Amino acid sequence: MSVPYAKLPLWVEYGLIPLINLVVAFLVAGLVVLLVGESPIRAATLLVQGAFGYGEGLGFTLYYATNFIFTGLAVAVAFHCGLFNIGGEGQAYIGGLGVAIVALALDGIFPWFLTLPFAILAGALFGAAWAFIPGYLQAKRGSHVVITTIMFNFIASSVMVYMLVEVLKPIGSMAPQTETFLPGAHIPTLDWLLGIFGLDIGGAPFNLTFVIALVAAFLVWLLIWRTRLGFEIRTMGASPTAARYAGIKEVRIIIITMLISGGLAGMMALNPIMGDQDRLQLDFVAGAGFVGIAVALMGRSHPVGIIPAAILFGMLYQGGAEIAFEMPEISRDMITIIQGLVILFAGALENMFRPAITTFFATLSGAGRRSEATAAGE
Amino acid sequence: MDYFQIILVTLEATIRLSVPLIFAALAGLYSERSGVFDIGLEGKMLAAAFAGGAAAAVYGSAFIGLAAAILISVALAMVHAFASITQRGNQIVSGVAINFIALGSTVILGQAWFQQGGRTPQLGEGSRFEAIRLPLTDTLEDVPVIGPIYENLISEHFLLTYLAFALVPFTWWVLYRTRFGLRLRAVGENPGAVDTAGISVTQMRYLGVLCCGILCGFAGAYLSMAVAAGFVKGMTAGKGFIALAALIFAKWKPVNVMLACLLFGFLDALAILLQGQELPVVGEVPVQFMQALPYVLTVILLAGFIGKAIPPKAGGQPYVKER
Amino acid sequence: MSDLAIELRGIDKSFGPVHANKNINLSVHKGTIHGIIGENGAGKSTLMSILYGFYQADAGKIFVNGDEITIRDPNVAIAAGIGMVHQHFMLVDNFTVLENVMLGAEENAILNRGIVNARAELKHLEDEYALEVDPDAVIEELPVGLQQRVEILKALYRGADILILDEPTGVLTPAEADHLFRILEQLRDQGKTIILITHKLREIMAITDEVSVMRRGEMVATRKTSETNVEELAELMVGRRVLLRVEKGPADVKDVKLSVDGLTVRDNRGVVMVDNVSFEVRAGEIVGIAGVAGNGQSELLQAITGIRRAESGTVLLSDKPIDVTGDADPQDLRKRGLAHVPEDRHHMGLVLTFEENENAILGYHYDDEYLNGPMLKLDAIRSHAASSAEKYDIRPPDVRLKTSNFSGGNQQKIVLAREMERDPAVLVIGQPTRGVDVGAIEFIHKRIIEMRDAGKAVLLVSVELDEIRSLSDRILVMFAGRVVGERTPEATEGELGLLMAGVEEEQEAAQ
Repeated sequence: MSVPYAKLPLWVEYGLIPLINLVVAFLVAGLVVLLVGESPIRAATLLVQGAFGYGEGLGFTLYYATNFIFTGLAVAVAFHCGLFNIGGEGQAYIGGLGVAIVALALDGIFPWFLTLPFAILAGALFGAAWAFIPGYLQAKRGSHVVITTIMFNFIASSVMVYMLVEVLKPIGSMAPQTETFLPGAHIPTLDWLLGIFGLDIGGAPFNLTFVIALVAAFLVWLLIWRTRLGFEIRTMGASPTAARYAGIKEVRIIIITMLISGGLAGMMALNPIMGDQDRLQLDFVAGAGFVGIAVALMGRSHPVGIIPAAILFGMLYQGGAEIAFEMPEISRDMITIIQGLVILFAGALENMFRPAITTFFATLSGAGRRSEATAAGE
Repeated sequence: MDYFQIILVTLEATIRLSVPLIFAALAGLYSERSGVFDIGLEGKMLAAAFAGGAAAAVYGSAFIGLAAAILISVALAMVHAFASITQRGNQIVSGVAINFIALGSTVILGQAWFQQGGRTPQLGEGSRFEAIRLPLTDTLEDVPVIGPIYENLISEHFLLTYLAFALVPFTWWVLYRTRFGLRLRAVGENPGAVDTAGISVTQMRYLGVLCCGILCGFAGAYLSMAVAAGFVKGMTAGKGFIALAALIFAKWKPVNVMLACLLFGFLDALAILLQGQELPVVGEVPVQFMQALPYVLTVILLAGFIGKAIPPKAGGQPYVKER
Repeated sequence: MSDLAIELRGIDKSFGPVHANKNINLSVHKGTIHGIIGENGAGKSTLMSILYGFYQADAGKIFVNGDEITIRDPNVAIAAGIGMVHQHFMLVDNFTVLENVMLGAEENAILNRGIVNARAELKHLEDEYALEVDPDAVIEELPVGLQQRVEILKALYRGADILILDEPTGVLTPAEADHLFRILEQLRDQGKTIILITHKLREIMAITDEVSVMRRGEMVATRKTSETNVEELAELMVGRRVLLRVEKGPADVKDVKLSVDGLTVRDNRGVVMVDNVSFEVRAGEIVGIAGVAGNGQSELLQAITGIRRAESGTVLLSDKPIDVTGDADPQDLRKRGLAHVPEDRHHMGLVLTFEENENAILGYHYDDEYLNGPMLKLDAIRSHAASSAEKYDIRPPDVRLKTSNFSGGNQQKIVLAREMERDPAVLVIGQPTRGVDVGAIEFIHKRIIEMRDAGKAVLLVSVELDEIRSLSDRILVMFAGRVVGERTPEATEGELGLLMAGVEEEQEAAQ
C-alpha cells in the first residue's frame, strides 16, 4: 500500500512554508514601497534597526509583541476548535473595561502586585463574557460565529464609547478617558531585563505583562496538548464526527473554547492600560485584535510559532514608526498592508505553494521514502 | 424647527446614508448568492473611494474617477475570487486580508501621491457628482407639503443615488428573470446541480464576485465623489460591515436589502438627530445605542429569534466534485 | 446506422490507488431498458459518470448512436442526447420545478419568453409521458418520488434519447418505485433507451430487457433478461469466492447482552432508514448483518451506539436500557461496556491529523488511567499505545507518527486495538476490513473470533458477504431498512444474495 498522505518534514511544514508565505508577503509590500518611490532595501534596514537596533526600540517591539501574543493565542485557541473568532478586537476592548474597573477600585488600596491578579482576572472575565454570547449562539443556535463576532466588535466599540463618555470620564474632564491610575495599578517595566544586556529601555513601556503573556502562551500549550479539555477541543476542530463518536459534548466544548479565547483577548488590555497609559482610553486596542489573526495564521496556531510571529509584528509596529520618521511617505499604515498580505498568503492562499513544495520534497527523498512506505504498508 | 421639517431632514439624511449601504449590500448579494462569502466589502469600498477620489482629482472628471473606483474594486474582488474559488482557500480569511490591504494602501498611497495626510485633494465642480435638480422642483417649490417633500426626498440627489435605488429592482429582475440570475442563485445553493447541467461553477462564481466588485466600486465612488468631495482616510468607517449586516438582515433578497439599508440608514440619521436631545419618557438616548442597533438587530436575527436568516446553502464552501 | 445507442470499448478509470473501472466493454441497444447490476463499489456509478462526462476515462472509447465521441463535460453528453438522473438528485431545493428544468437549458439571456416556452414544453412532456408535476411547486416541498420525476423531466427537456438512472429506487417507497417502472417502460415504448443502475435483482427482473453485471470494477457478463434468472445473476454479482478460511470452533452462547426491539431510525432527510428492527445478540456469538450498503445498516449501528437519535424502539445493553430516542451518550455507553468499531474510520473512528497514540485513546480519553486531574498522562497514553501496537502488530510501531501516515490496514488495527482491549461486554463492528490489505484481513478476522470465544457479544455489519459468512454464527439480512431474514452461515451465497436483493422477501410477503 502506498502512504495516503504525503508527509512533509516538520521543519518544512512549520518553518519553510510559513517563511515562503512571509517572504512573498514582504515582496509584495516591497512593491508598494517602490510604488511610493522609496527603496525597499533601505526601508527594510530601517525597520530592523528601528525595532532591534537599540534598547528603546527593542522595548517598544516587545511591548507591541505582548499585545499580539495575547490576541494571537485567542485566535489560535478558537482555530483549534474549528472556530474563527474575529472578535478579539471587541473582546480585548471590553476586557479593558474589566481591567480599568479593578484598577480604579484598588489602585489606592493595594500595591501593584496585589492589584494585578484581580486585574488579570477581571480582564479575562470581561473578555470571556463578551465572547460567550457568540459562542453560545454558535453552539446552541448555529449562528455563524464569524458574523456574530464581527457584529460584537462594533457593539463593543459603541459600549465602550458610551462608558467612557458618559460613565467613566471624570467630572469636568473633556477627554473620553478614565482618571489616571495611582501607582497601585501600574505594572512595572522590565527595564532591568534589557539592562542585563546593557540596553537602555528609555521611554519604552515594555513591562511585566510580557512575562504574563509568555506564561499564557505556556498555559495555552499545556491546555491544547496536555489536557483532556485540549484533547477534546482538538478532536472537535479536526473532526466533528469523530468528536461525536467519542462522546465529546459539542455545545459545551464550543462555549468553553470561546470563553478561553475571549479571556485571552481580554487579558491583552493589561498591557496598554496598566503597563503604559495608566488609564482606559478610547480605541486602546488599536487593531491588535485583528493582528492576532495574522499572528495565529503565521504561527500555525502553536504558541511556539505565535511568539515569534507576535515579535515579528511588534517589529513591524515599532520599526514601522521608525521608517515613518525617516521616510514620511511610509506611515505606519504600511504595517496594515503587510498584515493583510500575511493573512492572504499564510491564510487564504496557504495552499498555493504547498503542492510544488510537496512535489519537490517527494522527488528529493523519493527513494528513501518509498522503502519507508513499504515497511509501513506491510 | 417644526416637526415636518425635522422629519423631512431626517428622511433626507436616511436616503443619503443608506445609498452606500445599498450599493455594498447588493454587491455582497451577488457574491454570496453565488456561494462566495464576502466580508471584504468594507475593504473594496474603501479602496474604490480612494481610487475614485484620486483619479477624479488628477483627471478632473467624475466619470474617470468612477471608472477607477470600479477598476480597483474589481481587482480586489478578483484576488478574493482567486483565493476562494481557484485556490479553494478560506473565504473569511481572504476577506479579512483584503480589508487590511485596502485600509493600509489607501493611506500609504494617498500620502505618497497627494501629501495631505491621507486625503485626496478637494474635488471641484465637474470632478465630483453634483446633486441633480429634477424638473418641476421649482414649479412645486411653493406648494405646501408636496413641494418640500419633492425637493428634499425626490429631487436634489446625486446620479449615484438614483442609480442605487434603480439597482434594487434591476437586481431583482436579474436574479429572478434572467438566465444569469437563475444560474447564479443555483450555484450558491447546489453547485452540483449547476455542474451536471453543463454550466461551469467556477465561471458563475467568478461572475458573481465580479458583480460584487463593480457595485463596491459604486459604493466607494459615492462616498468620496458624491457626499464628500474627496477621500478621507478610513472614510467607510464600518459601512461595509453594516452592509453585510443589512444583507443578512434582508435574507439575501434584493428588495429586503433596500429596506434593511433604509432602516439602518434611518437609525444612523436618527442617531445624529437625537444627539444631545432629551426625549419624553426615555430621556436622552445615547448616540452609541443607535449606532450599535443595526449590529444588535442582526445578531438577534442570526440567533433565530426574529425569523431565520438562512444563507445560500453552498455559501462559504469551495466546490469539489463529488466522487 | 448502428442499432446500438451506446457502445463502450475498453473504458478504464482509476482514482489514485483505486481501480474503479477495468477495461469495460458495454453495448446498449436502442429502445431497450438495459440494467447494470453489481454490489456497491463495483464501479457502476463511476462508469455512468464517465458516460455523462462528469469524469474522464483514463483509456477507452465511447460511441453514441454509432459515432465515436469524446465526452469532455456534461454539455457534450447532453448534446449527444444523454440524460442522467443522479442517485443524489441534482436539484436546487429552493427553486421551482420549472426553474430546475430550465437551469442550463434556458433559451435566452432573458427568461420571459423562455419561461413561457419552457412551461409549454414541460406541459407537453408531462402529457406525452404522463409525468404530471406542478411546474410552480418548490422542490423542497415535494416528496422524493416527485423530485425524481423532475429529474427525469429535466433530462427529457434537454432532448435526451438515452436516459441513465443511478439507483433510482433507493429513496422511493415500493409504490413509488412501481410507478417509476411504469414510466420507464412507457419511455422505452416511445423509443427512448434507458440504462438502469441498481443493486436490486427484483428491479432487473421486473423491467429490463438486457442486463450487464459488474463486479469489482469489471464487467463480468451481459445477459438477455428473459434468458437468465435471479440465481444466476446473484452468483455473477457476488462471484464464486473462495471462502476465507477462518479457524472457528462452535459458539458457546450465553446470556443476551444486546437486545434491540422495534428500532426505527430516520436519516437527516427524514427518510425511514431503519424500519422496526428487532434482534438479540448473546454473549459468545457473532451476529452478522448482511446487506447491500445503504439499506439501513449504518443508521442501525449509529442508533445503537448513541451517535444518531432513533425515532422509536428500545435497546437493552446488558439488560439495562440505552436511551436511543433521547440523549444516549457514547461516552457513557463505553463505560457500560459497549465498544464500537465504526464503519467510517476516516471520519469517525480516527482523527487522521492526530498522532497514533492520541487515536489509541479517542473516546476513552476520559478514563482515569490516562488522566491526572485535568491533565493527560502522556506516558501512560503512549505506553498503552505502544503495547497495543505491539499486540496488534501495528506498523510502523511509532506511536508519535501522524495517523494519516499509516496504511489502511494499520489504521483499522489502531481502532480495533482501542475498542477490543478494554474487555467490553458488547462489540459492535462496522465494515471491519474495508480498504484493508489482505494480510491484515486475516489478522482482524482472527481477533474478532477471539473476542467471541472470550464471551463477548459481537454484532458485525459488513457489505462483504464472504466476511459475514465466514465469521458469523447467525446471519441477519437487511433490505430497505428491515431485517428480511435470518440464516445460518451454511446458507448459500445465492440464497443470501436473493435476500439482499429484496427478492425473497417479496415472495414471503406474497405467500
